[in-house]
Amino acid sequence: MTAAGYARTLDLVTRVRGVRGAMLVSSDDGLVVAEHLMEGIKGSAVAALAASLANRLRRAMVAAGVGASVFWHLQCEQGALLVVPAASAIIVVAVAEPDVNVGLVRLELLRAAEAV
Amino acid sequence: MADEIKTLSAELARDPHSLVFLRLGDLLRQRGQLDAAHRVALNGLERHPHLPDAHDLYARILADKRDYERAFDEWDMARRIAPGHMGALKGLAFLYFKVGDVAQAVAHLEEAERVAPDDFAIQQALAMVRGQPMGSAAARTSGHAGLQPGSPSAPSAPSAPSAPSTPPPAPLPPPPAVAEEPIAPPAGPLEDRRVFAGLEGAQEGLLLLDAAGRVLGGALRDWNGADVTEAVAAYLAGVSLEAGRTAKLLGLGAWTGLAAEGQLGHIHLAQPGPDALLLLVRDRSVPMGRLAIIAQRAAMTARRWLEQQA
Repeated sequence: MTAAGYARTLDLVTRVRGVRGAMLVSSDDGLVVAEHLMEGIKGSAVAALAASLANRLRRAMVAAGVGASVFWHLQCEQGALLVVPAASAIIVVAVAEPDVNVGLVRLELLRAAEAV
Repeated sequence: MADEIKTLSAELARDPHSLVFLRLGDLLRQRGQLDAAHRVALNGLERHPHLPDAHDLYARILADKRDYERAFDEWDMARRIAPGHMGALKGLAFLYFKVGDVAQAVAHLEEAERVAPDDFAIQQALAMVRGQPMGSAAARTSGHAGLQPGSPSAPSAPSAPSAPSTPPPAPLPPPPAVAEEPIAPPAGPLEDRRVFAGLEGAQEGLLLLDAAGRVLGGALRDWNGADVTEAVAAYLAGVSLEAGRTAKLLGLGAWTGLAAEGQLGHIHLAQPGPDALLLLVRDRSVPMGRLAIIAQRAAMTARRWLEQQA
């Protein structure tokens, strides 16, 4: 996929009201593949932590017998981190406001994951 | 029976949308093959989510597995879809009787009697239940013999008195403390399964860990019934810290929960205390939103228990 393709994919996610940014992150090493973030979000650090959390969760979920994760959602007091692992060792990450429509973001993340 | 199971299985394999799953699931349940029955019922429910008999079947299997709260939800669902559903009315009566709510048990049996006035089994059950004083221990521990005879829908749980260690069912929606009050003994030190007594799935699928991934309470089994408690606990060690760091880095304040959707089930993580992590696991039939509510209740109970241990 080209840089423009990545940008279009992320744009689908960031267009959802309440989404402050979206990223494509390599789940193996936690490096940013592409990003579309609002000012002030430290993309590389968030990518590293999100990838680490995704890997930890995946292992726990497989051990628990619920299979690999399809979507996860870290809820925080002032916002949320929403993640969908894509098939190509990439995770699609969105940073959102607390009152975001989680269902809608999930759909767009799943669509983005299919595209990458 | 084995031949019939084989025939029905073949028919279901030929046509996965066939309603034979109802008969097949019940036969497997009667044979005690609860895991197989569970799978058949769940697959059937996925294809026929609005079929009251499918919810009834699933509830009976859950009740046989002593997962009473989920059984309550399924019977409740069956009754919402079909208000006069006999299996649901009998099942709900059984569950109310089991927690000592004789008035509700009677009300449900009376409703069943109105639907089927000639059903001798219901009349017999009513006579027996009315003979018990309200909320008496006898009512709770004498089983459900009166609800069982001739009732194809009554769960086949043993009628022997419940052991005090059995986590009590809490079919009523109000706060857990109210529901568990009549039977739940106070949690003793590290009586792990009792940490969640009275909550949905208290027997399995709920896990309380400390920051180092050591199990404080609860238990976890995979779909094959293997105990995976320690393995999952080990993988989750540090999740709390990592989630906290991520939230801080993003300026999102403290993390309050982590919900994850898996290919076969859902999990929800919560933090009942600064050094504790609560994990809730359910199959995909439990929606994520509902899982969050159950997790909140479990976290409250876990918080109380942690405070008692301090």
